[in-house]
Amino acid sequence: MLTQAPRIVTARLGYEDSHTLERYLATGGYEGLRKALSMTPEQVHEEVNAASLLGRGGAGFPAGRKWSMRRPAPTTYLVVNGDESEPATFKDHLLIERDPHQVVEGTIIAAYAIGAAQAFIFCRGEFALGLERLTQAVNEAYEHGALGESIFGSQFSLDLVVHPGAGAYICGEETALLESLEGKRGFPRIKPPYFPAAIGLYGEPTIVNNIETMSNLPWIVSNGGAAFSALGQGSSAGTRLFALSGHVRRPGWYELEMSKVTFRDLIYAEMLGGGIRHGRELKAFIPGGVSAPWFFPEHLDMGLDQEAVGKAGSMLGSGSVVVMDEQACAVRAAWRISRFFHRESCGQCTPCREGSGWIENILRRIEDGLGREEDLELLLDACDNIAPELTWPPKQTTICVLGPSIPSSIVSGIHRFRDEFLLHVKEGACPHPPDEVRHV
Amino acid sequence: MGHLSPELRSRAERMVALYPERRSALIPLCHLAQGQDGYLTEEAMEEVAELCGVSPAEVRGTASFYDMLHTEPVGRYVFAICTNIACMLAGAYEVLDHATERLGIHLGQTTEDGLFTLEEAECLAGCDRAVCVQVNHRFFGPIDEEGFDQLADDLAAGRLDETVPPHGVLNRVVRKVGLEASRRKDSTISRNPQSAGDPPVGPAAAKPEASGPSQSEAS
Ligand SMILES: Cc1cc2nc3c(=O)[nH]c(=O)nc-3n(C[C@H](O)[C@H](O)[C@H](O)COP(=O)(O)O)c2cc1C
Ligand code: SF4
Ligand code: FES
Repeated sequence: MLTQAPRIVTARLGYEDSHTLERYLATGGYEGLRKALSMTPEQVHEEVNAASLLGRGGAGFPAGRKWSMRRPAPTTYLVVNGDESEPATFKDHLLIERDPHQVVEGTIIAAYAIGAAQAFIFCRGEFALGLERLTQAVNEAYEHGALGESIFGSQFSLDLVVHPGAGAYICGEETALLESLEGKRGFPRIKPPYFPAAIGLYGEPTIVNNIETMSNLPWIVSNGGAAFSALGQGSSAGTRLFALSGHVRRPGWYELEMSKVTFRDLIYAEMLGGGIRHGRELKAFIPGGVSAPWFFPEHLDMGLDQEAVGKAGSMLGSGSVVVMDEQACAVRAAWRISRFFHRESCGQCTPCREGSGWIENILRRIEDGLGREEDLELLLDACDNIAPELTWPPKQTTICVLGPSIPSSIVSGIHRFRDEFLLHVKEGACPHPPDEVRHV
Repeated sequence: MGHLSPELRSRAERMVALYPERRSALIPLCHLAQGQDGYLTEEAMEEVAELCGVSPAEVRGTASFYDMLHTEPVGRYVFAICTNIACMLAGAYEVLDHATERLGIHLGQTTEDGLFTLEEAECLAGCDRAVCVQVNHRFFGPIDEEGFDQLADDLAAGRLDETVPPHGVLNRVVRKVGLEASRRKDSTISRNPQSAGDPPVGPAAAKPEASGPSQSEAS
């Protein structure tokens, strides 16, 4: 591999039967939990602090610090976010389907550390196989004594429920997720309170963490936080699961040491992305989900590092990298991204609901060759109305951050490819060929 | 007489008991009902309402928010073709155009024989298999025009019945342990999670659909 870093969350995935309890136990499964139960909850928490594990759900908030923020109360809930619907992100889906016991074990460890007696795994409803695998894993974990009363003979008891979503991107936002888990429509909650750690599920303190965040815990407890933070660099500790898609030869998932591996490695290395399809040139890439401003060839030598990417004006976000080659149309890409946000806006806030529709319509008209030169300014104006002054990170004008995330990537595309946008207007048509169907 | 079959009714009651508050079971129960009827019927919504302690209007209002919950009948097989960024770059709109032609319907419509419904999906988290397609929420891909025709033929001929069960994503694997049972101090948690009659994870599960040439194969 590119670095000597071990594979932490994907160690088992080479096995066909990686999802079974037998394979899990044969490869060190539930040893982390046994060790955790021999420690105090505070000691487990301390290991996670020492690991400098950043949340893998998109915002990159330190997991240990989040746990410290919970309001002391008799009841604390743990909710694991497996709603993964950020476009081009497919890592949690992978972990749920291929290593569900690791998710379950991580969840039990976290529940022990924060003192939760009840945990939920919220699994995206479209993951039919994932729901089956998780449910099976939970059944087996009860059978194995890893869930329920007196886990492995200890004083600790935990119930774990796998809860299905029903198709709404916004339910990935943690407060919308809690609403959905309460059996309601997925409307994000008005802040403050800012954190479910204070007021969450049923009004009780609730820790919400991502699937990949949980999946790291068995290894961290088994090997120690220090071993984890020794990987990567600075705040970007450990390895991370990257989802690579678009115009590369080998789209797929790659677990890589953070910071030490660069975007160039990820996209071009023979063992990883394998370069651009048909030997074409790179035009642009999205470094971390569709809310992230685009990157260009000059960014290729940057490490996969949360801080560095943030400083350069974008984000590592959900760890999904989308590659566009020279034939890709920037207008079409921007249009599809805005269409997504328009379809998925929950509609509570005017700038998000209306703005996303405006942006989608204007971009569509430019792509169809019906645009006018003023449309570019109109677009930027609509963007500015959602996220004033188009700063990075965007200013918050709405109930959740979906709204202000809409303009950033689109604006980065307009700034870089202004001439291409104008060419659509001048020629009265899209100058690019239709997207080439990938044959297999 | 309830609308849910006695078997589903008892499963529904056990699901309600999993949650600290009954209403939390609303969405899972809608999935369950959809698994029985293919969509959410009025009667089913009434029964879900009764089970969750809310009004039928609240069930309807909540269900209408979610893309997966259908309040109108849909075809036996629902195609969801992803056209989001990664799939678009792999030609998803070409495949989608082809699908509408082949099926002779517009997006959101169902073929006259009731076999197929066609939907345009947002990212399905299968972007390494772009163009990614789901049928009743089972994954296929990468799919090109020919692949789509093959898939439609196979489905119509019943060749994929094992892999693509009817609607409802909670039908095949049932949770074994009720929390109420496990909470009682004197309880012994069910020691028999693989009871007869319940298939293990289905045939699709035994052979996970191949994903792209990722690390597992590479290293
Ligand atoms: C619109 C929106 C969608 C989100 N979708 C997801 C998601 O699918 N999965 C996820 O883990 N976090 C998602 N998040 C972030 C969650 O709100 C939350 O920060 C995260 O689950 C916390 O987990 P972590 O600290 O382990 O990263 C989303 C946030 C927003 C604003
Ligand atoms: S910003 Fe958009 S998605 Fe978020 S609460 Fe407001 S309308 Fe809903
Ligand atoms: S973009 Fe199509 S599955 Fe993700």
